[in-house]
Amino acid sequence: MAEALLHSYRFRRERGDGWQELEALVQKVDSAGLKSLTAEEQLRIPLLYRACVSSLSVARSLSLDANLLQYLESLARRAYFLVYGSRRGFGPLVRNFFVRDFPEAVRQAAPMLILAAFICVLGAISGWALTLADGAWFEAFVPLELAGGRTPDASREYLEGILIGGQTSASGYTFFSSYLFAHNAKVSMLCVALGALLGLPVLFLMFYNGSILGAMLAVHTSKGLGVPFMGWLMIHGVTELTAIFLAAGAGFHLARAIIFPGRASRLGALAQAGRTAAILAVGAISMLVVAALLEGFGRQLIQDTGVRFMVAFATLIFWAAYFFASGRGSEVPLAPWLVDGHRPYRESAA
Amino acid sequence: MKWPSFLREPFVLDDDQAGRRMMPSPEGVMIELRLASHADRLLALIIDLLILNGVLILILLGFVSMLVIEVNPATVGTLYILLTFFVRVGYFLAFEMLWQGRTPGKRMMSVRVVDRQGRALTAMALASRNLMREVEVFMPLALLLSWQGNDQLSFLAALSWLGVLVSMPLLNRDRLRLGDMVAGTWVVRTDRKSLEEDLTAPQQAEEVREFRFSDAQLDVYGVSELQVLEKLLRREESPRKDSAVSEVCQRIREKIDWQDDGRSIDSSAFLRDYYAALRAHLERHALFGDRRVDKRTLAARFAKPAEAEHGTDGA
Repeated sequence: MAEALLHSYRFRRERGDGWQELEALVQKVDSAGLKSLTAEEQLRIPLLYRACVSSLSVARSLSLDANLLQYLESLARRAYFLVYGSRRGFGPLVRNFFVRDFPEAVRQAAPMLILAAFICVLGAISGWALTLADGAWFEAFVPLELAGGRTPDASREYLEGILIGGQTSASGYTFFSSYLFAHNAKVSMLCVALGALLGLPVLFLMFYNGSILGAMLAVHTSKGLGVPFMGWLMIHGVTELTAIFLAAGAGFHLARAIIFPGRASRLGALAQAGRTAAILAVGAISMLVVAALLEGFGRQLIQDTGVRFMVAFATLIFWAAYFFASGRGSEVPLAPWLVDGHRPYRESAA
Repeated sequence: MKWPSFLREPFVLDDDQAGRRMMPSPEGVMIELRLASHADRLLALIIDLLILNGVLILILLGFVSMLVIEVNPATVGTLYILLTFFVRVGYFLAFEMLWQGRTPGKRMMSVRVVDRQGRALTAMALASRNLMREVEVFMPLALLLSWQGNDQLSFLAALSWLGVLVSMPLLNRDRLRLGDMVAGTWVVRTDRKSLEEDLTAPQQAEEVREFRFSDAQLDVYGVSELQVLEKLLRREESPRKDSAVSEVCQRIREKIDWQDDGRSIDSSAFLRDYYAALRAHLERHALFGDRRVDKRTLAARFAKPAEAEHGTDGA
């Protein structure tokens, strides 16, 4: 019986050079990065990739050489992620983030932000009312180390001294603000992440923080220091609380995607919400940098309550304008099936 | 980094069928992915945590020595807080962004993060994936480590929190941890396979082939047996291989009823020829739509009553 050359052998001899060339290029990118490629090489890769994918499809039906098949599978996979999985540069990423993505995400998750703020205010009101009615409640809301002596029994002079006094040296301010920043950033990251546990912990966290605020306010209003306290708080608090609300809102956004996935699969909805949540988290952390600066420097350097309120008002206007206006009307997704939330293909080829 | 085989083999299943996924490419060809095993990912995490904590300890030592040489403590404190914060939060994110979804630990275990639908990994997907690590590992772990020994209930709560979230990848078929679900990613293997010589290369020349086989002798085996034979022939030369080769050769000769007229034959040459002939035979049939999976289906088709149940393990 006379045998012709095996088809699979001939196929391999004809296409093999292209595979080897592609493999060398993929290898080069793997070890030295995309930038190591010359212009011609960058143009070669998509062509070689397409040839490789077509070879793979032929080999699957033609060749029974297991080693060859595995080689092509792994080469096609590596080349696929090189061709379709590479990202754009870092510069436009940052610009797009602040101009478009962040404000857009805030608008998208606005109901959730309002929910977070509402719960915090609810906590504040209950903390305020309960502490006013009976000073013993204060201890239930505020941990003693946080209060730093500002209890219902503290004298008016003591409280006023904290609101107006403060540290004196500049390096003291930077240390204080960096500590506050790291702490708040951790809390807001936690808020986002806890959202994936259906958001209940976030609900609790927001209410609890609100009640601390309310209890502190009650201590001051009972001594007639309500307005100076608000000035002391709001100069950075507008920015800081907004950032915390954003983080908590991001957490609720995640929770909502799990509970009410809509048309998408639950996993798909979660992945889509995850992107918005991450944007909100990164944005919130950037806002916390600003808040920490306002708190560490602004509050210590500006001692006049009126000016503090003006700064607070200015930041409020700024954030509101930024979130409402920035990046509006840019890019709409081209086609819904290109957006997350659509069920990924799953097919186990047996 | 290449691990010694005795370390790798217990963890890496070459034929991890449960971890195979097919992903459609825009060219209309399914690309095969292999999910990273749980062991791969656990080891990668452990390596990363070791590196991360090593760096944090180095930073701490650096700042302590700065205090010793009397730099302003407030400046040192500020820098320390900011630096540790950004290193801790940024380690995974920065590496995964710069190295296309790989951290040093993932690189060593040859796995990487990719988008579940095959698109480019966005910075935001990576950010959300690593944010979740905070609730999945760090926070319950911190709770456990800072446990004072007076509150059994909160200890149990932290333990079960850690337990549930850490075992999340065991509880779904795509091995997603919470962060993967939120980010729309999964973790896949990045092994490279090298292309070896085609075993039939020498046999392509007519005069090399010593042994000829009839169709009936080739109708015995299917693709599955062909590839087992391929695996055997591709093994590195060793006395063990030689003995396996002669044993398999003996079995095949019995099964296909080979008449060697009393001559002693070279097992290795026989198997190579048989492999080439069988592959040509099976590929020809496959081309006409007759994909012969394994010897059992063939035995049923060419049922000779005596042979149908004979030899279940052989070649």
